[in-house]
Amino acid sequence: MLLKDEVEMLRRIPLFSGVAPAKLKLLAFTSDRVSYRADQALFRQGDMADAAYVILSGTADVSVDTPSGQIKVAEVEHDSIVGEIAILCDVLRTATVTASTPLEALRISKEHFLKLLSDYPEMTIEIMRVLASRLSHTTAELSEERSKH
Amino acid sequence: MEKSLTRYIWSNTRFQQIWILTVVAASMIPYFLSFDLPKQIVNGPIQGTGFEAEGATQTFMRIQYNLPYFGKVMFFEGLQLTRFQMLMALSLVFLLLVVINGLFKLYINTYKGRLGERMLRRIRFELIDRVLRFPPSQFKRVKSAEIATMIKDEVEPMGGFTGDAFVQPALLGGQAITALVFIILQNFWLGMIAAGIVAVQGVVIPRMRKRLLELGRQRQLTARELSGRVGEIVDGIGTIHGNDTSNYERADIAARLGLIFSIRYDLYQWKFLVKFINNFLAQVTPFLFYSIGGVLALQGRLDIGQLVAVINAYKDLPGPLKELIDWDQSRQDVQVKYAQVVEQFNVDMLVDPHIQAVVHEPVGKLEHSLNAVNLTLSDDSGARLVEHVSLEIKLGETVAIVGNSGSGGEAIAEAFARLIWPDSGRITIDGKDILELPESITGRRIGYAASDAYFFHGSLRDNLLYGLKHAPLTKVEYEGAKAIKYKWDINEARLAGNPDLDLNSDWVDYQSAGVTGPHDLFSVVRPVLEAVMISQDIVDLALRSQVDTTTHSDLTNRIVELRQALRKSLKEEDLDGLVVPFEPKAYNPQATIGENLLFGTVKRPMMTNLKLAAHPYFRSILRESGLNIDLYNMGLEIAANAIELFQDLPPDHPFFQQLTFMTADDIPTYQLLLQKLQGRDFDAASPDERSSIIRLSFAYIEPRHRFGLLTDELMAKIVDARLRFHKNLPDDLKAVVERYDAKKFIESANLMDNVLFGRIGFTQADGPDRIRVILRDLFDKLGLYDSVLSIGLDFDVGSGGKRITNVQRQKLNVARALLKRADYVIFNRPLPALDQRVQDQIMRNILQDLHEEGHAPAIIWVLANSSLANLFDRVLVFDRGTLVEDGTHATLLEKNGIFKELVS
Repeated sequence: MLLKDEVEMLRRIPLFSGVAPAKLKLLAFTSDRVSYRADQALFRQGDMADAAYVILSGTADVSVDTPSGQIKVAEVEHDSIVGEIAILCDVLRTATVTASTPLEALRISKEHFLKLLSDYPEMTIEIMRVLASRLSHTTAELSEERSKH
Repeated sequence: MEKSLTRYIWSNTRFQQIWILTVVAASMIPYFLSFDLPKQIVNGPIQGTGFEAEGATQTFMRIQYNLPYFGKVMFFEGLQLTRFQMLMALSLVFLLLVVINGLFKLYINTYKGRLGERMLRRIRFELIDRVLRFPPSQFKRVKSAEIATMIKDEVEPMGGFTGDAFVQPALLGGQAITALVFIILQNFWLGMIAAGIVAVQGVVIPRMRKRLLELGRQRQLTARELSGRVGEIVDGIGTIHGNDTSNYERADIAARLGLIFSIRYDLYQWKFLVKFINNFLAQVTPFLFYSIGGVLALQGRLDIGQLVAVINAYKDLPGPLKELIDWDQSRQDVQVKYAQVVEQFNVDMLVDPHIQAVVHEPVGKLEHSLNAVNLTLSDDSGARLVEHVSLEIKLGETVAIVGNSGSGGEAIAEAFARLIWPDSGRITIDGKDILELPESITGRRIGYAASDAYFFHGSLRDNLLYGLKHAPLTKVEYEGAKAIKYKWDINEARLAGNPDLDLNSDWVDYQSAGVTGPHDLFSVVRPVLEAVMISQDIVDLALRSQVDTTTHSDLTNRIVELRQALRKSLKEEDLDGLVVPFEPKAYNPQATIGENLLFGTVKRPMMTNLKLAAHPYFRSILRESGLNIDLYNMGLEIAANAIELFQDLPPDHPFFQQLTFMTADDIPTYQLLLQKLQGRDFDAASPDERSSIIRLSFAYIEPRHRFGLLTDELMAKIVDARLRFHKNLPDDLKAVVERYDAKKFIESANLMDNVLFGRIGFTQADGPDRIRVILRDLFDKLGLYDSVLSIGLDFDVGSGGKRITNVQRQKLNVARALLKRADYVIFNRPLPALDQRVQDQIMRNILQDLHEEGHAPAIIWVLANSSLANLFDRVLVFDRGTLVEDGTHATLLEKNGIFKELVS
């Protein structure tokens, strides 16, 4: 896959939809293209966070370690971004992400990702929007869970 | 050391001095004879005295003496010579005397030179020997660079002076007196004039030189301080950068240089003033001779032959005299220097030489406990670190010392290692003070590691085995010329008071490490390296280094096997794509175009990529295949892409890290080039422009840069050019280009590239990490792990070990202390640079695993974190310099004392 194809894929991701194509091309160029086989981990819970991943093709499972073992909490597929939380707030990885099918991703290093956010406020806003919607989603799930008990 | 240099020289070289004095005395005879000869020649054959009659002859070379008891004895009757014959005979005698005098001079100077060099060697050695015996506290006061200057530069003139110390005054004084006496004998009053001027010179000049000496002393001190400061700047460069104090340092150095300049300039002025007066006084004498002697000659009271002889003799007087005065100055000068140096090296409480005596035999195990008896320690300011502590460490016991930092545990550990000497009380083994035990016992049977690990310049191996190098254990047999050289070396070493220990011998004490020799060394080294968790680092070092195929042939000879095994294991684990191997007839997409073209490596530093690209043969290959145009067009595309991507970014933007083929500074240059060249064909570009464009293509890797520029056709063309390049490779390139050959070890590539014989795929997630794990297993499986460690241990650690990280240094320091297999091993917070988790793991490894193989030393560990104290047999708790609790972990916990507080 060439740079220009990656740019096309990046444009489909809501997070980057507002960014000019030239900038997306730069982002793609400065990121590493990595491929994973099924069952290979992108990163593990508790690791130091050094990059975020944009999934170009394939799907991955998000799981967390609990005292009763690993629990799958979500599934991500192409055109989504994972691992951005840990690099935004400098914490260890909060979940393990494992490829469930052969997977292609763009690995954006922490330094580049943060630089990108400071250079393009529209991306920052987009990130905020995504995070906020995830938060409301989580809050909703939590209250639903509480009301059950 | 002897305070007076003259006495020091005399006591060490008196026999040689007496010999050389005798030779000098003997040399005076022909020297004196050569004075009288000119007079004889002028008065005799030239002016004709004694040859008045036609055909008159005179006796030549009659040797006859009046001896007591025997009366007149004739040894040689002599020859009867005519006036002309006499002239020739006397001239020949003169020539002979010139030769004899010259030969004497040659011998004397050579002898003196050798004497001086031996003396220099002796002084330097003695000073370093003293440094090795300084008490530990001394090193807190001295700067290393100052000591180095003293030993290297300041004693240097002493060597030169040694040869002259007694000979020069004897020789020059003899010459001066001879000349003077001769003048006096010729004419009493002329002689007295000369003597008077000499006396004035002898009194005035040394007085004037007093100031020179003082200035010389200041020059020495300031220069020494300067080198001390330079040493500080080098050592403290991090602190200087970190605080923006480089200009403060500049100001300090400038001020020092200013002071040195003013001293030196002052010195210079005085020196030449003194020279002027000296020369003037020397020149006044001939003036007096010409005027007064001339008058005397005119009056007929002095014959011309005499006057010529006096003037001739006087020519020889100012020289020796001046040199004599110079000698006196250098004597005072080196005496001042010597006194200065000796003052620095005359230290109280020097370690007695017998404590450091060489012991070749193995030292038996210690069989008694290590005791601190009423021990009191204090720091340099006199503050008490430990007060009245008594404790006993039994053999084989593991003891944790806990307490807040500064509570005394570290000081106790340092005292056990003899790094602090007790104020009162002592540390004993079997009732003997460890400070009085020879270092051959304490240094071999007690191991010590603290956080300030020192590494010597050399390989990792040298540093790791440093703790085993106590004495030369093998006798090296030298043959032929080497044997003669060795004999000479030993003899010279002894003559200069140096030891004759052979550095080429194998110093490593394998036996005390628990092995029989170098071949099974790794059976003990490896577990220790594993225990301190550094073997992976060493393997990585090995993978990154070029391998010497002669010393590591055990691995390099098996490279084909290794490569095949790697392929196989990658296949088995279904990781085929991880490494793309080099194939002679296929394009490797994971390698750069340049690599694909060359299909080999260049031997640096004889050859570089740039030099190769400019080589006519390489260029002709590109031209003939038409690749130059393809690569040029490709380069233009790459430049256009790079500029499109990066032109708006500021030069310090982190994204530039990804741009491997240009730097931020190149962007404007390429922008201009593009404007000029885009849309025009290859011929429009100048050769320089072409090469800067083609250069971009060489670094291009399609899967990494993803510009979509590489077609199958182009790849085939490149492979074709590669084959042609290697086919007719000229000899000059053959010597510096190593072609990739699956059957051969590539000497100019590192071990990693050699084993992979390919490139790790760029899109492979965590490729390099996975490969490292695979390689590690592979080495282990093939029994090559030790060889790889051995390659890693060849790594040069640099000055002070700065080429490895602080973490690595601390781990290796612990390993070094363990390798000695001492009976008591003391760890004084040895690993502060490591994460707590890793520290704990290493401590567990050492306490639990290393004991398993039989050797169980007593371990005394000053813990930074008391949570692991339960691993030890016994816990000592220190608080404010006293031992407050002592017992097993369990009993101390029950006690509800300080220990419990520390743990919680």
